[in-house]
Amino acid sequence: MLRLIGRRLLLMVPTLILVSMLVFALAEVLPGDVGRSILGPYATQEQVDLLNERLGTDRPLVVRYADWAAGFVTGDWGESLLYNLPVFPIVMRALGNSLLLAGFALVLIIPTSILLGVYSGLRRDSVLDRTITVSTLSMTVIPEFVSGVVLLYIFAVWLKWLPVTAIPPAGSPFIDRIYYLILPAIPLMFLELGYIARMARVGTVQVLTMPYIRTAVLKGLPRRQVVTRHVLRNAMVPTVTVIGSQIGWLIGGLVVIETLFVYPGIGKVMVDAAQTNDVVVLEAAVLLVAVLYMLGNLVADVVVALLSPRIRMGG
Amino acid sequence: MSVEVRPHDLREPDTDLVAVQADGVVDDRLQAFEEDAALFEQRRQRRYLVKALLRSPTFMIGFGILLFWVFMALFSTYLTQSPTDINAAGILQAPSPEHWFGTDDLGRDVLARTMAGARTVLVIAPLATALALLWGGFIGLVAGFYRGLTDEIIMRLVDVLLALPIIITSILILSLLGKSTAIVIVVIGALFTPVVSRTVRAAVIGEREREYVMAARLRGERSAFVMAREILPNITQPIIVEGTIRLGYAVFTAATLSFLGFGLQPPSPDWGLTIATERVFLQIAPWTVLFPALALASLVVAVNLITDGLGRVLSR
Repeated sequence: MLRLIGRRLLLMVPTLILVSMLVFALAEVLPGDVGRSILGPYATQEQVDLLNERLGTDRPLVVRYADWAAGFVTGDWGESLLYNLPVFPIVMRALGNSLLLAGFALVLIIPTSILLGVYSGLRRDSVLDRTITVSTLSMTVIPEFVSGVVLLYIFAVWLKWLPVTAIPPAGSPFIDRIYYLILPAIPLMFLELGYIARMARVGTVQVLTMPYIRTAVLKGLPRRQVVTRHVLRNAMVPTVTVIGSQIGWLIGGLVVIETLFVYPGIGKVMVDAAQTNDVVVLEAAVLLVAVLYMLGNLVADVVVALLSPRIRMGG
Repeated sequence: MSVEVRPHDLREPDTDLVAVQADGVVDDRLQAFEEDAALFEQRRQRRYLVKALLRSPTFMIGFGILLFWVFMALFSTYLTQSPTDINAAGILQAPSPEHWFGTDDLGRDVLARTMAGARTVLVIAPLATALALLWGGFIGLVAGFYRGLTDEIIMRLVDVLLALPIIITSILILSLLGKSTAIVIVVIGALFTPVVSRTVRAAVIGEREREYVMAARLRGERSAFVMAREILPNITQPIIVEGTIRLGYAVFTAATLSFLGFGLQPPSPDWGLTIATERVFLQIAPWTVLFPALALASLVVAVNLITDGLGRVLSR
């Protein structure tokens, strides 16, 4: 098991180096004159030169890349061009907010989708099964900002059950933060529901055809025990795999939902930095997300390996 | 080389041909007959496919909604009021007989804007999908056909491109390259290329060991010919299915990018952009946001219904 994790971590290194080069190249090489692309067409040449010197973009490319990469590893992420503040705390605080939202969304997503999937798998081809499958899949394909505004209208504007904003007034207890996050988390749940529920359904249907289920039923185990002990456990493997593959979508969803609800997470920071040409913040945030994305995929793979002995033995 | 004469071919093979076959000599007439038979089989399959699609309610509903939006994209200017005319005297009016969907913060007719909003997304998404199919098809063909080192290098590069969520990469690129519609199309096309090339590569690997490929190679055809004229026609089905799946994602991605402010710019009536700009009026004038939102949702669901129906018919 440890060898598997170690090998995967080692494999991450070259990919990460290539991704960092890509991010660096996109942000610093493509625009050509960095100072000019930040200040725009109306700045004088002296202003541009001054900014280039301050940013160090007048130095050779290799030196700049090495400098930037080393800085990223040691936590020295430079200063925001917009706020003249160190980038590290800005990005980290935003990341904390995002993780809270994403974590809360996952707490909603996983049990709901597995419940729906297993339930429709157990009642395969019934009207209920078809209803669940069709509605969860439609929710998944609709962009999250679309379901977001519709939900916002229904629950916050029309019924007034939930707040319109995602952040409680300053000084509220922590539980209020969760309450305010309900509305942003639901579109994220919709986004993931379809695939995860479908995998849980397929897993359940497959497991039900296995001989050991027949054995369990014939030896007189109550239905509840058959479902919880045998079906659920074995249907989990494809489900966890698909949860892992959905991390990228969840990150994309966070970017959109944070923008829609004006929630100060890492997605909002990224969009704002991109809109205002704050290259330093943008680079740091994108690379951080790439690292987290890969780690997330690794964790998902490890969980799959733990759940399925065959893969675990193969190490 | 043996020629397989299928029992359901309607044309009876004439005795000459059978004799030629027995001799093992390939003559022009035999080849012509082979091509005729293949063409006939192809047409028969195509007719069957169309019939099956017409009977699939999933496909037909999706296709109907898509047709409606294509029609609106083309002709809504002749049917509705102007989507861009500003009327300072009548801003944020509720739906009324005069303005069925109400008016927005600049007094523009929401019905007209909602109908005209189909235009941008129906230009961007299909073009981006076409680009992705073109590039991904080419890369997948080359990688799958040559295997070995070429394949290894291409697939590693593809892995790197897939190492970042698509929305993040496109934000990064669009913020630096500018926000014109052409750039949005190219970026979405480029970001969908890796996935398409994986699908095509897998299909090519399934075909390249088949006898007809071997035969073409033994005839001494060039690799480019074998790829384009022999393998490509035989992997159109997976490519079509992949294309419709990508089309759905392209609509999703294009709308999301406009919503985030990296696609179209005001005063375009694009749905994603409208939802972003009118969102602040959700509490006082929900119609400005809800109609474009429902329109976008209907289009995305329609494309996915088409994908689903097509996939089911083809996999049968």
